Amino acid sequence: MDMLYKIFLDPFVQMGSAPDLLVQTLWEGLVGGVLYALIALGFVLIFKASGVFNFAQGIMVVFAALTLVGLHAMLRHWGVSSGTIAAYLALALTVAVMFGLAFAIERVVLRPLVNQPDIILFMATFGMTYFLIGLGELVFGGEPKLMITDDLHLPRGAIDVKMLGGFVSFQKVDIAAAVIASIMVAVLALFFQKTRIGRALRAVADSHKAALSVGISLEQIWVVVWFAAGIVALVTGIMWGARSNVSFALEIVALKALPVLILGGFTSIPGAIVGGVIIGVGEKLGEFYWGPLIGSGIESWLAYVIALLFLLFRPQGLFGERIIERI
Amino acid sequence: MRALGSPEVAVGDVLLSAENVSLSFGGVKAVSDVSFDIRKGEIRAIIGPNGAGKTSMLNIINGFYHPQQGRITFKGETRSKMRPHDAAHGGIARTFQNVALFRGMTALDNLMAGRTLKMHKNFFWQLLRFGPAMAEEVEHRHRVEEIIDFLKIQNIRRTPVAQLPYGLQKRLELGRALAMEPDLLLLDEPMAGMNLEEKEDMSRFVLDVNNHFGTTIALIEHDMGVVMDLSNRVVVLDHGIKIADGTPDQVKSNQAVIDAYLGVAH
Repeated sequence: MDMLYKIFLDPFVQMGSAPDLLVQTLWEGLVGGVLYALIALGFVLIFKASGVFNFAQGIMVVFAALTLVGLHAMLRHWGVSSGTIAAYLALALTVAVMFGLAFAIERVVLRPLVNQPDIILFMATFGMTYFLIGLGELVFGGEPKLMITDDLHLPRGAIDVKMLGGFVSFQKVDIAAAVIASIMVAVLALFFQKTRIGRALRAVADSHKAALSVGISLEQIWVVVWFAAGIVALVTGIMWGARSNVSFALEIVALKALPVLILGGFTSIPGAIVGGVIIGVGEKLGEFYWGPLIGSGIESWLAYVIALLFLLFRPQGLFGERIIERI
Repeated sequence: MRALGSPEVAVGDVLLSAENVSLSFGGVKAVSDVSFDIRKGEIRAIIGPNGAGKTSMLNIINGFYHPQQGRITFKGETRSKMRPHDAAHGGIARTFQNVALFRGMTALDNLMAGRTLKMHKNFFWQLLRFGPAMAEEVEHRHRVEEIIDFLKIQNIRRTPVAQLPYGLQKRLELGRALAMEPDLLLLDEPMAGMNLEEKEDMSRFVLDVNNHFGTTIALIEHDMGVVMDLSNRVVVLDHGIKIADGTPDQVKSNQAVIDAYLGVAH
């Protein structure tokens, strides 16, 4: 009886008695969710346009952040005196590196594997993961690094808002992350739905040969989509890096995108966002209010349980495309 | 069906010619040493028993396959290797034997995808949906609506393609090819699996495309009645070899063709 009370009533009593704490928890969950959503977005982009689950998306996040920080350090070492100039120069160079990466992936990995089953391409992305880990370590070293938050002029500090009989504290960098993520999602959604290239991307995802027959160049589309995923990875890397630091441990966080994708549907950009927020908020609430009952470590598996619950009712995810088959 | 009126378009110069084209997969010779031409404004049929190499021939013309030997000359330019993307740029559109539409997209989006190559405005404009890109989108939509009217598919504009019945999918695929405003239209069994009424509709569309737009058409078809009625000239393949080439009447009375279709006593 006591246990049932603790599970089903007590947490809600706590929420009610300290609403400011609840708001704080919800906010943290929301921000965490937005960042999960950013990672998931990278997966969705590539899945939408090529039907490939890109296992390397997580490492692309690390690689992008590492390149940015590493290039910044190199530029400073070579005598760029202003940290700000070095930071933005490094940012531009990193964008160029991500483009080069997209180009190389198309040439070396995708083009030779055209028309192969999806599972083969999936395995190829495994290979890419280990290649990128090796390359990143070789060039920039494996030790954790600090994100160049100040030189990029990301906002710092927190805004404390007095509400509900207490204080809720909003980290400025979190607010920035939420805003940037929203803008990115809006732009990508417009891009997919309303532009010629967006239409071509969806066309390629549907049928390679039909896309070729209307004159869509697969090579070009793949470079575009991997480059877009690279940019998403870079933004994600900067935001995650600003919260913790830049290390290969980030790759583990990237796996959290999996329940987000299951929840939101593999092909939906809004789905990635809603899924991310649900997972993020659910995780934080669970950790804060139910965590003490079960012991720690709840955040490592709760996301999957939430995803599983949704999956029971909507196998294609919240926003996934209905699978229509004429027989 | 010829009653609809024989093609009014004057059959003119050679638009595409294949010279001594050979293609093999491993030990299988799909096409060996085939030469024929397609003239501007005509309807050219490619016929032959199953496995004769008809579809391979279309795939070569359209750049999906690269022949090991021989040359393809299109609009006076000779290319031994042409990628599908380049073929589409050059004005070759096609449909497929087993429908290849973008199944997750609406009928309208499928047709708009056919206009990909005709859109040129910078994609930043497109993203803003403003200024020149908006005008361009409207203009292309207008052209697509003409095709929708032409094919009488007004009521399925917004339907996801996967939900459409087969006959309409075939018709939509023709529409997508037409949206490219091609100089040469390749139709791979446009009437396969259709009932008589649908076949008559499709035949009418093919003739209308040829008459009204002056589009040159090369088609593969198994229904001999349709082929003989529609086409100006027929090339017959068997086991990858060309066995006859000429008007429908010439081909019909050709002994090699009769043997290939009916079998011959050995």
